[in-house]
Amino acid sequence: MRIPCPYCGERDAEEFSIQGEAAGPRPIPSDYGDGDRDAFHAYVHLRANEYGPTREYWYHAAGCRRWLTVSRDTRDHKILGVELAKP
Amino acid sequence: MAYGVLSLLRGGLTGQRHWRPVWRDAPPRPHYDIVIIGGGGHGLATAYYLAKEHGLANIAVVEKGWIGSGNAGRNTTIIRSNYREPGNIPLYELSMKLWEGLEQDLNYNAMVSQRGVVNLFHSDAQRDAYARRGNMMRIHGVDAELLDEDGIRRHAPFLDFANARFPIKGGLLQKRGGTARHDAVVWGYARGADQRGVDIVQNCEVTGLQIAGGIIKAVETTRGVIGAKKVGIAVAGNSSRLGAMAGLRLPIETCALQAMVTEGVKPLIPGVITFGAGHFYISQSDKGGLVFGGDIDAYKSYAQRGNLPVIEDVCEGGMALVPMLGRLRVLRQWAGNVDMTMDGSPIIDKTPVEGLYFNGGWCYGGFKATPASGFCFAHLLAQDAPHAAAAALRLDRFRSGYVVDENGQGAQANLH
Repeated sequence: MRIPCPYCGERDAEEFSIQGEAAGPRPIPSDYGDGDRDAFHAYVHLRANEYGPTREYWYHAAGCRRWLTVSRDTRDHKILGVELAKP
Repeated sequence: MAYGVLSLLRGGLTGQRHWRPVWRDAPPRPHYDIVIIGGGGHGLATAYYLAKEHGLANIAVVEKGWIGSGNAGRNTTIIRSNYREPGNIPLYELSMKLWEGLEQDLNYNAMVSQRGVVNLFHSDAQRDAYARRGNMMRIHGVDAELLDEDGIRRHAPFLDFANARFPIKGGLLQKRGGTARHDAVVWGYARGADQRGVDIVQNCEVTGLQIAGGIIKAVETTRGVIGAKKVGIAVAGNSSRLGAMAGLRLPIETCALQAMVTEGVKPLIPGVITFGAGHFYISQSDKGGLVFGGDIDAYKSYAQRGNLPVIEDVCEGGMALVPMLGRLRVLRQWAGNVDMTMDGSPIIDKTPVEGLYFNGGWCYGGFKATPASGFCFAHLLAQDAPHAAAAALRLDRFRSGYVVDENGQGAQANLH
């Protein structure tokens, strides 16, 4: 698998490490009650685990050391698009 | 058909023309009391124990391909119960006990071979950790033996003891561990279930679940709608896809786990040996090939194939531990899709949908658990209460905080 990094060009996946699904912002706790517990449970533990296109955070550790958001198809490892996680 | 010396002799005299299929390739009926989704080892074992232990009939196992075509046919056939967490040990030890009686129970040769599993350690800290694990095992009535370097030299003299970076200090041995023949396990359970009236429906992929008022009604498949009072999901690798059909988001990521086998050689590797300094484990099949594997590919994949960097990493581990491996050729390499949970332990539980039950999240450990997984899942389906050996493996343990985290890695699925 090769990932086209916006800075470095197409590189082998070995240069990158994966953080996981691009899950959106961390919840902000309000009263530390059941609602917060549900929100953090969903954020920390639950995954969409898509069969098909997915969006994930990858870190270009052996390259530009930027965080990337990679769109990828889990059925065939095809890279659908790459952008900087924080433009 | 009963297997035995007499039938074998008779077959020998009649040109072996007496063999018949040992289970029916059943067409689906419109309604069953219980439908098990997934015709792997776990699904078939579940159906078998539902019929045998709980006396239930009117059961179907639906499988999208042919039985045993998923992870049941892609594992490295290791059986062991050398776990540490109190939530895990009872399940895997129940499994080991079932393995020990499996062939008599099924009257089917599953080639269960208790040739020993040894986990090597390479530092004082690792020795302490394995001593602790061994103690935990013995407290739970599981056999465990802590070997020093001399003990390992007697057990496996060909290892690289002079490795400057990772010297072998000893290992934790479970003598009752070993290997079994994965296909025979599937076929044995299929035959046993079929004899007790279970319908095994192949080439029947589930495409949807019909749920009304929070109660399961039927499964939609490529061979029509099948009504069911209860539905059990046993499709590890594809659990999230089935979960999504029921509106569930599961604490699971699907990853590819690779394995390799070399050309066949004479008996060489005693039992199963695991490397403590990298992730590498090896055993020898009865055919002679050395079967080995290591880490998962770290990213989600349903592709049933992995990437080269992991193969390279596994082989580097192999060369560091067993340098003579370099003289052998790798014949085949393959991958299976595994359910990686957020604590590295499986799930056998009810779901929020009434009548829908879930068995999955087996991470690396599905094959060895096959008998106990089926036994406990059948108990849950029949009695509506968890079996004591699987009581900790709940779906809600992540929300409640009672995780069973064998490695202490936290909620990062690819680290387990």
